[in-house]
Amino acid sequence: MGKRSFNILDVTLRDGSHAVKHSFTEEQVRQVARGLDQAGVRYFEVSHGDGLGGSSLQYGLSAVDEMKLIEAAVDECEQAEVSVLLLPGIGVKEDLEDAVKAGAKMVRVATHVTEADVARQQIELGRNLGLKTIGFLMMAHMAPVDKLIEQAKLFESYGAEVVYVTDSAGALMPHEVKERVSALKDHLSCKVGFHGHNNLSLAMANTIAAVEAGAAYVDGSLRCLGAGSGNTQTEVMAAVFERLGYQTGIDLYKVMDVANDVVAKIMPRPQEITGSSLIMGYSGVYSSFLLHTHDAAKKFGVDERSILIELGKMQAVGGQEDLIYEVAADISKRNKALV
Amino acid sequence: MTKYKAGIIGSGNIGTDLMYKLERSDQLEMNVMVGIDPSSEGLKRAKERGYHVITDGIEGLMKQPELVDIVFDATTAGAHKYHHDQLTAIGKKVIDLTPAAIGPFVVPPVNLDQHLSEPNVNMVTCGGQATIPIVHAIHRAAPVKYAEIVATVSSKSAGPGTRANIDEFTRTTARAIEEVGGAEKGKAIIILNPADPPIIMRDTVHVLVAEEGKEAEILASIEDMVKEVQNYVPGYRLRSAPQFDGTKVSVFIEVEGAGDFFPPYSGNLDIMTAAAAKVGNEMTRQLTAIASR
Repeated sequence: MGKRSFNILDVTLRDGSHAVKHSFTEEQVRQVARGLDQAGVRYFEVSHGDGLGGSSLQYGLSAVDEMKLIEAAVDECEQAEVSVLLLPGIGVKEDLEDAVKAGAKMVRVATHVTEADVARQQIELGRNLGLKTIGFLMMAHMAPVDKLIEQAKLFESYGAEVVYVTDSAGALMPHEVKERVSALKDHLSCKVGFHGHNNLSLAMANTIAAVEAGAAYVDGSLRCLGAGSGNTQTEVMAAVFERLGYQTGIDLYKVMDVANDVVAKIMPRPQEITGSSLIMGYSGVYSSFLLHTHDAAKKFGVDERSILIELGKMQAVGGQEDLIYEVAADISKRNKALV
Repeated sequence: MTKYKAGIIGSGNIGTDLMYKLERSDQLEMNVMVGIDPSSEGLKRAKERGYHVITDGIEGLMKQPELVDIVFDATTAGAHKYHHDQLTAIGKKVIDLTPAAIGPFVVPPVNLDQHLSEPNVNMVTCGGQATIPIVHAIHRAAPVKYAEIVATVSSKSAGPGTRANIDEFTRTTARAIEEVGGAEKGKAIIILNPADPPIIMRDTVHVLVAEEGKEAEILASIEDMVKEVQNYVPGYRLRSAPQFDGTKVSVFIEVEGAGDFFPPYSGNLDIMTAAAAKVGNEMTRQLTAIASR
């Protein structure tokens, strides 16, 4: 008999939106959704990278209306259920209602790790709409463990059924993931999840640490197609957990096929750990800043790494993409003054 | 000349900060603070400074209606509806700092002169007060198809009301970007940043204009508008030069508060109270003009 089972939630069609600059087409979404469904993945997420309503000049406009993409994904599913991401302050109530009409069955409400109290309305709405409702504490590396517990308890008190430790910057070390997931397991009665990024090549190790500490939900993306260097690689996760003796319910060959035959063809570049994503993990910067930083560095002729280090020092949080251009402009001005 | 008398309902952060703004008014006389919690800091401070203090809310104020001519409501949207009915029935002017939006939206340098005679006006949101002047400034130089604002405020300056109603913030602001700013379509985003020391409120305005090639006109219009806002919020400034990219214009603003009741980083709260005080002043100026005719 295998060890306790847990859920692998695939975020390729949401976190991967960052890596393709929000250009997913309906056909691409259909193919990935079909593949995930047939491979036995129970839940996967479809939304703009910054969640419902994220299509904007600030984060990038969606090529295709995300409601159409959600509807297409749902249409391909026989057993899998579609999740959506919602960031209070970006997406609104109507967006979630529309997503439910399109067939979404789960919502993950995301806030910065110290700001859970902005999510009460949305968590309650998710429950009222009959969705599986999850709290998502982003940039978990930026708060001490006791603060994380306090904020997770708020999510639980609003009605969240799972609370995630979300390593948005890919900055956590395996022992820190273990400490955080264990702490939430000890202090909450709801389930705990983990979402990682691979900026320091630790996503798989961190996910193992999370599962061993009792996480019931862990996220991954096919071929690591997510922000920064992407997430824990879903198909690798399926293989690793099988070797570790867990039951994942995922067919390894089928999930490899959708990764390599479908997703690989969508990828604009390999999801390797570049100088910039490494620095994101190293200095704790939100992973979806990657391509915006790349563009800003080019525009102002400065080193991407110096922009990222500065953003880390400024304690920038998720969503502050507008800061990137300002920081790049400032560095460029300073460099010129030095010449 | 007797000054017109001002009352504030709501002795929380906004109401208390507004009290200091009204003290500096040349048109209005700060006269009464109305609250429901006798131990609140706002009521304590109002008493210390020699103002009338009412501790049983609107009912108390209705017993002494002669204490006020203009009432600023800094309570909640739910309470405001009731306050509005009571106060306008006896002819008091009402300036609404809640998201209730019973009266028209007012952003002083854009449309205040159109609404001076209204019995009730609404102050939109802090993000709206900080960004709609810029949307309008661009719009009057080159028609705006789409405007999107991103307000980033320090976590410490976002009170429980904002936190519990963040959806109302984004929706109300988006609506006012269209109705007051002039954009065909509006969108608002709010980000809370817990950095310590707290960050000064920053706002980014991204717009798409109908046609390229109006850079000089847009820049001049923004510059004029910034000066106008600085008349009542001296710490309102551009962080860097506006950026142009095809039909896209991005403007970066910082709002440093006057440091009355809130620390200066809370420009978001300051611009609300400063704008409301400005509206009160101009309404009073008009009342005085009518009375002297």
